[in-house]
Amino acid sequence: MPKLTIDGKEVEVAPGTNLIEAARQAGVEVPHYCYHPGLSIAGQCRLCMVDIEKNPRPQIGCNTQAADGMVVHTQTERVLETRKSIMEFHLVNHPLDCPVCDQAGECWLQIYYMRHGLYDPRMVDEKVHKPKAVPLGPHVILDAERCILCSRCVRFCDEVTGTGELGIFNRGDHSEIGLFPGKTLENKYSGNVIDICPVGALTDREFRFQVRVWYLDTARSVCNGCARGCNIEVHTSRRRVHHNQGRRLARIKPRHNPDVNRWWICDDGRYGFRWIDDDTRLLAPVRRANGKDVQLGWDEAVAVLAEALRRYRAEEIGILASPQMSNEDLFALQRIAGRLGIRAVDHRVPPRVPGDEDHLLIRADKHPNRRGAELIGLDQAETRAILDGARDRRIKLLWIFQHDLLDSGLPTADVTAALAGAEMVVFQGPSANATSAGAHLVLPSAAYVEREGTFTNFQGRVQRFRTVVEPLGEAAADWDILGRLGRALGGEDPAPVATRAEQVFAGLAGQVPAFSGMTYRGLGDVGLMVKA
Amino acid sequence: MSVPVTVEKIFTRNFDRPGSHTLGVYRETGGYTALPKALGMEPAAITEEVKQSNLRGLGGAAFPTGMKWSFIPKGSTAPKYLVINADEGEPGTFKDRYLLERDPHALIEGMIIAARAIDSHTGFVYIRGEYVRPWEIFSGAVKEAYDAGLLGRNIQGSGFDFDIVVHRGAGAYICGEETGLLSSLEGKKGWPKIKPPFPAIKGAFGQPTIVNNVETIAAVPHIINRGAAWFAGLGTKTQGGTRLYSVSGHVVKPGVVETSVSVTLRSLIYDHCGGIPGGRRLKAVVPGGSSAPILTADEIDVTMDADGLKAAGTMIGSAGVIVMDETVSIPEALMVVARFYAHESCGQCTPCRESTGWIYKISHRIVEGKGRKDDLDTILDVAKRGAGTTICAFYDGAVGPYVSYIEKFREEFEALIPRDA
Repeated sequence: MPKLTIDGKEVEVAPGTNLIEAARQAGVEVPHYCYHPGLSIAGQCRLCMVDIEKNPRPQIGCNTQAADGMVVHTQTERVLETRKSIMEFHLVNHPLDCPVCDQAGECWLQIYYMRHGLYDPRMVDEKVHKPKAVPLGPHVILDAERCILCSRCVRFCDEVTGTGELGIFNRGDHSEIGLFPGKTLENKYSGNVIDICPVGALTDREFRFQVRVWYLDTARSVCNGCARGCNIEVHTSRRRVHHNQGRRLARIKPRHNPDVNRWWICDDGRYGFRWIDDDTRLLAPVRRANGKDVQLGWDEAVAVLAEALRRYRAEEIGILASPQMSNEDLFALQRIAGRLGIRAVDHRVPPRVPGDEDHLLIRADKHPNRRGAELIGLDQAETRAILDGARDRRIKLLWIFQHDLLDSGLPTADVTAALAGAEMVVFQGPSANATSAGAHLVLPSAAYVEREGTFTNFQGRVQRFRTVVEPLGEAAADWDILGRLGRALGGEDPAPVATRAEQVFAGLAGQVPAFSGMTYRGLGDVGLMVKA
Repeated sequence: MSVPVTVEKIFTRNFDRPGSHTLGVYRETGGYTALPKALGMEPAAITEEVKQSNLRGLGGAAFPTGMKWSFIPKGSTAPKYLVINADEGEPGTFKDRYLLERDPHALIEGMIIAARAIDSHTGFVYIRGEYVRPWEIFSGAVKEAYDAGLLGRNIQGSGFDFDIVVHRGAGAYICGEETGLLSSLEGKKGWPKIKPPFPAIKGAFGQPTIVNNVETIAAVPHIINRGAAWFAGLGTKTQGGTRLYSVSGHVVKPGVVETSVSVTLRSLIYDHCGGIPGGRRLKAVVPGGSSAPILTADEIDVTMDADGLKAAGTMIGSAGVIVMDETVSIPEALMVVARFYAHESCGQCTPCRESTGWIYKISHRIVEGKGRKDDLDTILDVAKRGAGTTICAFYDGAVGPYVSYIEKFREEFEALIPRDA
């Protein structure tokens, strides 16, 4: 392991580490544009220059590997002057249109100008003009005048997706990013080029002009779009509620996790959040009888469900849990099923069309917590058998979480017969669908971004997601609803009613072997693997 | 006028002989006699002979050739490539063109010998796109060599295989930069590669590669035939042989001149090229292609070897000598050179991409009479700040003229800038 000194701080790094990463480990920031840890080294922006003792002139940090005994300085007069010069070169032909640029506020030209530039501009001639507002694909739009030609987007499409849509055309200061003839930037990961573009050249066609980034709030979360569980940041607009067309969620950005998604997310995950602010959301508990909807308070709604669960015998109750539910939700449900002796429980509802999958991130299973549902043991019966039981009137209470059985891989006739056969259908989930429309009792769940909890991804990694926004209307976390139900059921329940997801997780860790020894806080930002 | 020092002609010995590009004439004058000798030598012995000859790269960087060859990793089983840089794009340089047209077999013979030294079985000759005639003639010579069993499998029964691929460039100056050339050869945009790794370790198609200039390799058969000591004796302590100078501009007899590596610039202009026409006075000389800093008429008593020119603040580069008489406007000349570098910058590194265009705009504005008081200092400052910060030497080459033209002829620039600016 090479040991080197950076700005007087000694640091030991893995062999092959470059000086930007070595400096990062020593707590020293080396400014850079073209370098990205997930891409090959380009060495083009020339901003990451550092002084290395015994070297006659500054070297680029990105293409210099740390060596034992190396003495690196990042704050010499020469380095500071070089940075200032490079910043001036980067901005010579830049349009300086920050007031109308969507990147403003998170632009590395702005940030580095303030930190390392601060020169008086000397450019008095006409700047080079290039194409503006060019759509590259369904999600990405290019302003070539703002581009600093770092080539990150080109390398992403060459090296990560292997789709090669982008190139740099022309020469000198007329160089510009563009699509190869006949190509469109529509690979399944196209939105990542927006994230890695350090400037306002590539912006998001959906997000741009919706809200200024300095009005956004951020919370850490985990994508619920498939079994990968990509780590994400959810950005919300609550400070100017009239922006973003009144919607709370503004955008989703990937969050680095070396073991799950590295720096990337797919476009389905990135743009798959619109339902959270749609008017299909369920806002209050509703009881439906004789064709009339009656809105209930939570106490009343929980009492109705508790009464029904007591009224029917255990073998007359079927539960279809959802792998969209968190580990805490599923554990709380498992406890109730266990207390009541309900064995007709499953989480496996086949999708209408099989999910797509690739070798990068996307998994065919479009649910974030299948593994959690399996480990907690919510698959004691088969969905088909449960529905057959309802059709044959052996199962009288059908409690469905989230699933739209009428828009699934199950034969519609079978589902219709089952829903018609059950005396009582309870639907619990965040959004209305055809299945909820026919339920006798509808309980509104908080969406995953409206509460906290954990998902277990297909690898067995347990990852925390946080509360991003408050639930809409009366919606509540499933574990919370189930906790209230447990209390309403009365009788013996050794565990105190949880008031935080962390408490439910503690119960899970205590009772399900795969989770034993884990603590909610111990999961940290990158999660922990379940016991094999 | 003094009499030119007589120097033995090596590269140009056959230039005026009819049919000098054919195998027959090449053989009549001793061609392909170094080859059997080299094929009987150990590869390391060939490299050692070239090292002893003090042959240095004649494309511009003047790097010792034998030392370059020795950078190929010893015992490497990877395919190794010999690449000949025949892109000859440096403004003011046209010597390789003459070699390709008038002595192509010298290059072919030199390539086979060099390939044997570095254990390469495939050579590429990257010829600039505009060189249609040289490409036709050289390709014809390659075909002749194949037909005569001088290329291909088991050359002359020696068991050594060597193929030559002739590749035409598409007209970018940057493709004459060693690694830009390799990118272009690989079918990519002609962008220079970041170093390390150096080509000898990871070059064309990711394999160990030696890139040499046409003239450099054309010298190799002579060294093998007549010995390193003879070749070294022709030159200075640090550089053997003679070399070709491309002399253009305001001289009576422009053209390719073969003479000593240490001839004085004055002798080159006045003895070899007949001086300045029309009785006009010499104003300035660019001694080594457009990237070499300019010299004034008072500075031409320098010797043209690397040390002499370095002491004079310039460089030999590709030995393209551009002579300017008193009718030349230096600000206009700078504008032309600046336009060239702005046009040819590959656009990869920010300092070069942005400042070549910027400096061209300023130089153009000055020539148009719209200069500003700060313009000259801005050019000098921008040029110096960008120098040494890029992947390849292109920008440093542009800085040579930017700085030297202004520093040596500042009054001429200032005269164009309006007083009230």
